[in-house]
Amino acid sequence: MPVIDLATTPLRALNQALHDAAAPGHNDTAFEVLNPRGAHAVAVGIAAPVSVDVKGSVGYYCGGMNEQARITVHGSAGPGVAENMMSGTVVIKGDASQYAGATGRGGLLVIEGNAASRCGISMKGINIVVHGNIGHMSAFMAQSGTLVVLGDAGEALGDSLYEARLFVRGAVKSLGADCIAKEMRPEHLAVLAGLLAEAGITDVKPQEFTRYGSARRLYNFDIDNADAY
Amino acid sequence: MCGIVGLFLKDKALEPQLGALLSEMLVTMTERGPDSAGIAIYGAPVAGRAKITVQSAEPERVFPGLEAALAEASDGSASVAVKSTHAVITLDAARLAPVRAALAAMGGIKVTGTGEAVEIFKEVGLPGDVIARFDIPAMAGSHGIGHTRMATESAVTTMGAHPFSTGADQCLVHNGSLSNHNGLRRMLRRKGMSFETENDTEVAAAYLTAEMAGGKNLGQALEGALEDLDGFYTFVVGTRSGFGVLRDPIACKPAVMAETGRYVAFGSEYRALSGLPGIDTARVWEPEPATVYFWEH
Repeated sequence: MPVIDLATTPLRALNQALHDAAAPGHNDTAFEVLNPRGAHAVAVGIAAPVSVDVKGSVGYYCGGMNEQARITVHGSAGPGVAENMMSGTVVIKGDASQYAGATGRGGLLVIEGNAASRCGISMKGINIVVHGNIGHMSAFMAQSGTLVVLGDAGEALGDSLYEARLFVRGAVKSLGADCIAKEMRPEHLAVLAGLLAEAGITDVKPQEFTRYGSARRLYNFDIDNADAY
Repeated sequence: MCGIVGLFLKDKALEPQLGALLSEMLVTMTERGPDSAGIAIYGAPVAGRAKITVQSAEPERVFPGLEAALAEASDGSASVAVKSTHAVITLDAARLAPVRAALAAMGGIKVTGTGEAVEIFKEVGLPGDVIARFDIPAMAGSHGIGHTRMATESAVTTMGAHPFSTGADQCLVHNGSLSNHNGLRRMLRRKGMSFETENDTEVAAAYLTAEMAGGKNLGQALEGALEDLDGFYTFVVGTRSGFGVLRDPIACKPAVMAETGRYVAFGSEYRALSGLPGIDTARVWEPEPATVYFWEH
């Protein structure tokens, strides 16, 4: 297994090695990254089914644009982790900073600690599971995909939400414009059970969550809604 | 962008390393702002003595005669230690007002900070160069703050660099931009505050100074800032015995903190904290929006 020490190897060499893993004839399937020390853009743009274990905390945009890879950060992540992820899995063992999973199109992002503000902002198909709490303005303009929060959500959850599904187990400080609590039907419980299982969570039941979604009043501009903006 | 750092020591055994630790923290933030940099270090106060840190664009001309020029105003108590473009004047605390008046009358000299404990060094240039110029790594102290600037709303000048100090042993560094600073500056001028620059951060510093002059402690003054300051900000503030952090309610300017039994540290990014002793076992967290944090010795 290649071990890449960022104390001695430039970041570009790491990312190039991870990109090369997608080319024919490359057989490395597991990488370990040492001494990230908060570096930006660790393991971005991977397009191969490799696993990457990062031993420490990372800075901005770790795992951005990921396709197929399983990236595990054994520490915390800075802003924009797994931004625009396409597929694969990113697991953060610690906390994640603001806009985790922003604009993600697919794959699964698991944050075992807390996520800060704007978690899942403009998500477009990604699934995000947060073991702890999320900060304010999370799922802002979220279009599709599912956000699961085992703890509490901050202010203005799901403001101007489209069709993303939000499940929160704890308290929601406030809902954003056009975000409402909705009935939990069997198909929602099934989706939630599947995601909890995928994230390796066995001690929490889907029935403990509340579902939130769009009231669908702001999709098209209507002068009667002006007060809601 | 801008990068800000702060380090508040709980363990006196670390005090000789304060300058070195804070320097390393600031250099990691270089990419966040290459225009200018500055550091404030709080050293051990000496009873009855005050310090004035001054800056001159012509240090070779101005500083050699400075001690003699201040002899009368300081009643012979002033001694001058020159460090590159800055000099630290140490004097009898009772002579502070006449010496400041004498400095103002001289021209060509700007005051970057005054107090019993603080020394403030700031210049245009990269953090590494600014730190080396003033030999910051050799400085000891109990706490300090630093800033590297990417200028957005006022000129890149020495006096436009952070930290800003508007009261004795008070200083502030800022990542962000304020939108109501012109109105606040007018209000503070009416209260008797004076300003060196058109910079928004100087207004925030003066606001806190004015609030604390009115009897508030640092924590109370920061609570007031949440009501009275409009804009984006993450602030780190130093006082003679304390260290505070405040983020605006939107909190888009990054902030990470770490605490161990030996220190409390602040960085714009985790990279700034990654070289601190014991960071792997420290409690690391992001300060909450609109929440005042402060520590005092």
